[in-house]
Amino acid sequence: MKMKIVASLFATLVSSATLAQVAVTDPWVRATVPQQKATGAFMQITAPADARLVEARSPVANIVEIHEMVMDKDVMKMRAISGIDLPAGKAVELKPGGYHVMLIDLNAQVKEGDVVPLTVVIEGKDGKRESIELKAAARPLNSSGVMPMHKH
Amino acid sequence: MPSIHCAARTAVRTVFALLAAVALTACDSTALQFRNTDITGANFGTDFSLLDPEGNTRSLSDFRGKAVMMFFGFTQCPDICPTALSRATEVRKLLGDDGQHLKVIFVSVDPERDVPEVLKAYTAAFDPDFLGLYTSVENTRKVADDFRVFYRKVPTGGSYTMDHTATSYVYDPQGRLRLAVSHQSSAESIAADVRILLQTASSRP
Repeated sequence: MKMKIVASLFATLVSSATLAQVAVTDPWVRATVPQQKATGAFMQITAPADARLVEARSPVANIVEIHEMVMDKDVMKMRAISGIDLPAGKAVELKPGGYHVMLIDLNAQVKEGDVVPLTVVIEGKDGKRESIELKAAARPLNSSGVMPMHKH
Repeated sequence: MPSIHCAARTAVRTVFALLAAVALTACDSTALQFRNTDITGANFGTDFSLLDPEGNTRSLSDFRGKAVMMFFGFTQCPDICPTALSRATEVRKLLGDDGQHLKVIFVSVDPERDVPEVLKAYTAAFDPDFLGLYTSVENTRKVADDFRVFYRKVPTGGSYTMDHTATSYVYDPQGRLRLAVSHQSSAESIAADVRILLQTASSRP
């Protein structure tokens, strides 16, 4: 996935000693149209030791939740969940069709190319929480998430 | 068990009878070549009366002569709706010149938030030819029922999201419901099926 390497340049990781190696790559947010009040953020997270994504924050949205999309037969359901387990060394993907960070009650339109500040909070097995500051690139509304740099 | 077998046999016979009837009335020998689910002869989703973002009343018959792909969703949807609409963009590209003979319609199940301006901007972000349609909250339920589409508001963090059926429907250029398309279907499979529908229509006298 060459794309991931390129896109990971967008990620700025600021973390402390205990979780220094938690890697968040390719964070991106789906751009919106004017007056659209919600959108999703996606990324891959790899923790060196068992941990859990327990919270996300962003100044662009008044409410930020961790969501899971599930299919119940042919019905799409989205649910807020308390967190996402991050097994040691395993890249956990937040991507369309699975997990995402839901940005609700947006303060403004997210335009393609915008850089959206995003904070994810990772909790280690010892209960210690670390915040990781990300800069997520806003990709076009019609991004599939499969080809991040694809432009029409 | 014998009664179940008997019922199964009756069901099989009924299906064959239906298929024969369809084949006779539609002269359609391509029915079994579809890669998506063939629902030819379905007695639901026959028509709709909805508003476009300009406030005009639109019905299925407005698009006679084109294949129509129809999807129910909402614009605040971060995931499956943009994925389905991106796929529809891809289908039109794969169809090349025939892409102009496919009309993509997005019906809102969230008319409270999907006001006309949002709906228009949203569909246009995928393809300016895509059409977003809506109606009142009460009528939305009726239309969804007519199309066997389920949706439900689910409260979340001071706001709400929508559970909804992720299936797309495809109509042939005569306005008959032909295919149910799963959210997992590929753009390639849909393009192949739409091509059959367009060719069958154009080869008919």
